Amino acid sequence: MLSTAIVVATTLVCISLILNLWRLFIGPSRPDRILALDTMYINSIALILLFGISSGTTLYFEAALLIAMLGFVSTAAMCKYILRGDLIE
Amino acid sequence: MTTSPRFRLLPMPLHSLLLFVVWLLLNNTVAPGHLVLAAFLAIAIPLLTSGMHDPQPSIHKPFVTLRYILMVIGDIVVANFEVAVLVIGPAKKLQPAFVAIPLDIEHELPITILASTVSLTPGTVSAEISEDKKWLYVHVLNLTNEEELIALIKHRYERPLREIFKC
Amino acid sequence: MEFWIELVVSVLLVVGAIFVFIGSLGLAKLPDFYTRLHAPTKATTLGMGCMLIASVILVTYQQGYLSLHELLITLFLLITAPVTAHMLAKTALHHNLEILDKTSDKALSKRARERMNP
Repeated sequence: MLSTAIVVATTLVCISLILNLWRLFIGPSRPDRILALDTMYINSIALILLFGISSGTTLYFEAALLIAMLGFVSTAAMCKYILRGDLIE
Repeated sequence: MTTSPRFRLLPMPLHSLLLFVVWLLLNNTVAPGHLVLAAFLAIAIPLLTSGMHDPQPSIHKPFVTLRYILMVIGDIVVANFEVAVLVIGPAKKLQPAFVAIPLDIEHELPITILASTVSLTPGTVSAEISEDKKWLYVHVLNLTNEEELIALIKHRYERPLREIFKC
Repeated sequence: MEFWIELVVSVLLVVGAIFVFIGSLGLAKLPDFYTRLHAPTKATTLGMGCMLIASVILVTYQQGYLSLHELLITLFLLITAPVTAHMLAKTALHHNLEILDKTSDKALSKRARERMNP
């Protein structure tokens, strides 16, 4: 049952990633693309987590945490950049 | 910056507690060595960085805080189901709106917490705050009743925050 | 493996994945930026929360000791999601992004952009 659940969950997360990619391509504005990227970060954390569960290790926890942190920082930096046109004032 | 003599060694007690817990969670252990290291970090880092600390109103009622956190987590679950139903449903039926919410609380930390709570819970996202920090502009996904929404935010989220921070 | 633990973990994983999927679906199908912003910030947060709790339960059961470090990711996402949403909404406001015509009180967005009182 667990392996089926993992397959179903992975499929759903992959479809979500494709939907995000579609939004990333069609835009239409820059904030839209940043939002799509941010959602992709979070979905990839979900994917890593599912891979960790299916392979039965906790090694991937650090990777997930790093992606979460880098995702937040880069989203904040990109927002600030297109808001002000400058990162360091 | 002046610190009260009671907290000479721990200038930021809450930050110290947070550092301690996060270090133990990061290492996923309660081994004695890590307890000592976590305690050392929890004391040393606030001592080094307290000069950069921006004074904020402190928490006066820990139990109200705990209840507030639990209430917000419960509301997040409920609000998520609502938003999920709205997202799956037809987009034509949505009635998005901008609403200005008058703020009674002051200071940056309580307003930040209120804005974050509003973003996470009842189908709203906080977008901007007026320059004098008296109005919070939020975007609502599906507005049914403006007065009701403002009353909900003011009663359910703002009042406990005022109680917690006494402002 | 204990049947109940497997059931709970499976249900949490699938529910979490469904929420993540709904978040992305909203991102893809909703009509304007502000409405799109709602779906990923909310649905994805709960979805990730469900999946991380499933991971906590499973790892705790498999390894035989309480493993809580996944909660750190949940906490981090819970804190950063509203901040990200706020920054994106602010960016969109100041970039004068197109707002859906039926949005009530469109004039308010102009006041918000100038950070004035309504």
